[in-house]
Amino acid sequence: MTYAYLPHTPADRAAMLDTIGVSSMDALLDHIPKALREVRLDLPRPHAEAEIQQRLARLAARNVSTSQQASFLGAGVGHRYRPAAVDQVASRSEFYTAYTPYQPEVSQGTLQAIFEFQSMICELTGMDVANASMYDGSTAVAEAALMAVRVTGRPRVLVCGTVHPEYEAVTRTYGRGPGLRIDSLPARSDLTDVAAATAALTPDTAALIVQVPGVLGTVADLSGLADAVHAAGALLVVVADPVALGVLEAPGRWGADLVVGEAQSLGNAMSLGGPHVGFMACREAHIRQLPGRICGMSVDAEGRPCFTLTLQTREQHIRREKAASNICTNQALNALFATIHLALLGPEGLREVATTSALRAHHLAERLVALPGCRLANPDSAFLNEFVLNLPVPAAVVRDALLPMGVLAGLPLDTWWPERTHDLLIAVTEMNGPEDLEGLVSGLAAVVTTQGGQRPQEAVHA
Amino acid sequence: MIRFATSHEYARKEGDRFRVGITPFASEQLGDVVYVELPKVGRAYAAGEEFGVVESVKAVSSLYMPVAGTVVEVNDPVVQDPGLLNTDPMDRGWMVVIESADPSAYDALLTEDAYQTEIASH
Amino acid sequence: MPELLEPVILGQGAPGRRGVAIPEAAVPAPSLSEVLPAAMLRREAPALPQQSELEVVRHYLRLSQLNHAIDKGFYPLGSCTMKYNPKVNEWVARLDGLANIHPYQPESQLQGALEIMYDLQQWLCAITGLERCSLQPAAGAHGELTGILMIKAYHQHRDDAKRTRVLVPDSAHGTNPATAAVAGFEVVTVASDSRGLVDLADLKAKLDDRVAALMLTNPNTLGLFEEDILEIQEAVHAAGGLLYYDGANFNAILGTVRPGDMGFDVVHLNLHKTFSTPHGGGGPGSGPVVVGKALEPFLPVPIVARDASGNYRLDANRPLTIGRVKAFLGNFGMHVRAYAYILAHGADGLAQVSRDAVLNANYLKAQLKEPFEMPHAQPCMHEFVMSGSRQKAKGCNTLLLGKRLIDYGIHPPTIYFPLIVPEAMMIEPTETESKETLDRFVSAMHNIAREVEETPAVVQQAPHTTPIKRVDEVLAARKPVLRWRA
Repeated sequence: MTYAYLPHTPADRAAMLDTIGVSSMDALLDHIPKALREVRLDLPRPHAEAEIQQRLARLAARNVSTSQQASFLGAGVGHRYRPAAVDQVASRSEFYTAYTPYQPEVSQGTLQAIFEFQSMICELTGMDVANASMYDGSTAVAEAALMAVRVTGRPRVLVCGTVHPEYEAVTRTYGRGPGLRIDSLPARSDLTDVAAATAALTPDTAALIVQVPGVLGTVADLSGLADAVHAAGALLVVVADPVALGVLEAPGRWGADLVVGEAQSLGNAMSLGGPHVGFMACREAHIRQLPGRICGMSVDAEGRPCFTLTLQTREQHIRREKAASNICTNQALNALFATIHLALLGPEGLREVATTSALRAHHLAERLVALPGCRLANPDSAFLNEFVLNLPVPAAVVRDALLPMGVLAGLPLDTWWPERTHDLLIAVTEMNGPEDLEGLVSGLAAVVTTQGGQRPQEAVHA
Repeated sequence: MIRFATSHEYARKEGDRFRVGITPFASEQLGDVVYVELPKVGRAYAAGEEFGVVESVKAVSSLYMPVAGTVVEVNDPVVQDPGLLNTDPMDRGWMVVIESADPSAYDALLTEDAYQTEIASH
Repeated sequence: MPELLEPVILGQGAPGRRGVAIPEAAVPAPSLSEVLPAAMLRREAPALPQQSELEVVRHYLRLSQLNHAIDKGFYPLGSCTMKYNPKVNEWVARLDGLANIHPYQPESQLQGALEIMYDLQQWLCAITGLERCSLQPAAGAHGELTGILMIKAYHQHRDDAKRTRVLVPDSAHGTNPATAAVAGFEVVTVASDSRGLVDLADLKAKLDDRVAALMLTNPNTLGLFEEDILEIQEAVHAAGGLLYYDGANFNAILGTVRPGDMGFDVVHLNLHKTFSTPHGGGGPGSGPVVVGKALEPFLPVPIVARDASGNYRLDANRPLTIGRVKAFLGNFGMHVRAYAYILAHGADGLAQVSRDAVLNANYLKAQLKEPFEMPHAQPCMHEFVMSGSRQKAKGCNTLLLGKRLIDYGIHPPTIYFPLIVPEAMMIEPTETESKETLDRFVSAMHNIAREVEETPAVVQQAPHTTPIKRVDEVLAARKPVLRWRA
């Protein structure tokens, strides 16, 4: 078998051993206890490139992709258009085969792209500073909770019920380390409950975490929330969807201390949930507690402006056990995809993506509530491009019945909350044209007509 | 009247107060100082307790209180312009002034000569 | 005044210009101001660039050309395993059926993807000699955190609350102590001995019933195999602690030696190092954890399982789990690439990978021991650490030697790490470099050493061939400019 990635011929290896001054490769490994060196691995035989392509193409064909159906699945992963130029340019191997830009003289490309990412995140969120990326939205929330605890010296974190359940779960896992107290606040009508959140603030509360739009697509008026949080001496952490920020007010403008989120829906493939890209932005006052890489501007020896990693003393490779976080490798390439996508969109394009998605969602909702037994779970809660439809039959049954029609109708909410059997979370984006919307309406009509019946009282969500 | 800690802080006696900073040797070892973090006025420390940090581009050093006491003055200019720790650590680059409840600890610190001997062995 | 090589893209362009057209809603609907709370509507648009597609493409293409990268030249950055990133991996990861799938699709629509994850879990178990694998962690440090939180849960489950310490060798990567601290442990450093290995006496003196775990990289960051590993594992386990394997250096032993056989209880692997997935200018990585029997109940959820009828499903029903460490299923795109990489090699090929990596490192080490100082004479594994202290004495420290290497078209090694070697240069050639490339590197290093003797100014002012000269990092840190402003 020849291996395309291994250049040495037997003659090369012999010559090299000779230069080293040993008789065989085994002589180089002699210091490893012999018992450890007798390994037989149960792995597939080596495959040629053609065979790898075939095998993976066949495995891929066993999945049903979102391009093969009309998909209304969102719930934290955006089915969004990725302009062809994004993948073409970000896939330059000068970008993807480099590593962390430790040597600025040969890394200006990566560094400037990071600087532009930081700048764009600041523009979207209305914050002073952003880092070069986190693993994803969930870990960005967890890191924000830890950061708030460091800044305030308080141990308790309040998580609103509108925060993505998997984000809260990850925050709880991270909280096991320092022993944080993490309390959940139920949402009201799937909206962030401002009064309850304010009442729940205690002197030991480090942060209140809210999400905009909420995980179920809702948009509450949070403009007065920051004052209450700050009066209690806590930080307001806002989890935001960067596409929604094309039309929603920048959280920095309504008092957020930390804005975090997931930027996958900007230029990154869904890819079964990763790699995606988390972002994190804060006020200048808290910059020393910000985890992760940060790129800054400087000048070179000839006075030319240029870029370099900076404020590195916060990081693990210098501060070790006293570092702000253990993060090292992050999601730089995914951040680049998001940056190029934002550059192509511009302010108007971003607004149009958010607007088209929201208008279509509202149109669809109107059509769906006209079907027998269907209604919005919370008709009075404002939403952007994602909403919960309450159905006369279990949502999972509806979802499964629509699959053969080429419609992936959304997320049955009993995935997260067992009691919400009849609620379906439906996401609409610029990828769902009018025909897709009609397909969902007619498919759903067929299902509720044949499988509908008396709405079970207990299934109605308060 | 000045004494030194082995962790390279100095304490300059000014009546019943002490002016605290780091020695030129310490700032040279660190290189260009880019950041200083100092405590707020009113904070009390035991002798040897960490009271702040100084950072260069690629290193961090903790600052330890040479004498127990309460911070009564903080040198804001050095926070604004950390380069003072490189150019003038003994004078304009001082860090905090403390009022000490137990000035006797001062006598246990190194004299100037003893400190010079100490750093010569580095 | 000189200007930026390429202007920051924010602020560029003109109102009305853009790089992509967006479909209109094309349905009757109310306006947003009618359906959203007024206070939540954006008043001022973000100052994003306003450029045509071509302008945006040119900007980022020009930026790409300012980078050094593996595909451009040798990149012996120690500890980072900058091996070749096979192109077929990029091709397969972009297949529609793998790129455009959503984690909340019903499992019936994801059988191909789950099979890839299941097989990869099994293969990584075989490769590490351990029992069960989670692909969820997003990077090496994330895998470390997962592993250490599992160790914490293990001791808590046994009501062994006094184990509050984690031992870390002084040669360890910074992520090790940082991880232990983030997980709420006190970090205790273990000394290295004159061989560059764990000082057994120091280790044993620090092992008691307060120790939760020892974190170890083997080979260690000096590129040296911890020959006493069997004695180390016995001592740690006898004291009631567990053994954590940092997989950063796994390329040295891939297919040749297994952490499970060495007695480790948990391993993280870096798919972006050992298994050839791209480093991406700083990420994404992927940091699967593989565990033995003791820690298996604590693995994060979900895990991909296969039922009796051959169907793949997500198993989240694990009562002792530490929970989720990341939303969804991990960096699946990286799992696909690693899967393709393992397929390309099979068992014998993977063993050849590590053997060639070791051969390449020793080949360089043998030819650089003069004129550089080589603190550890014994054979190394996949990388080695030498010192620039002789050159520093002549006015050219390790930083400068690295900068001068750039002029030869080579990325500098990792410098000033590990901390226990003064003026350290950590060199990891990887197995994908040919003898000719290695010979050019040796000759460049010898040339530079000669320049230090004869024309030190050339080294002191390096690099000379890069688009920008040496960067003022002090200014960047003293007066941080971290974003563009209008």
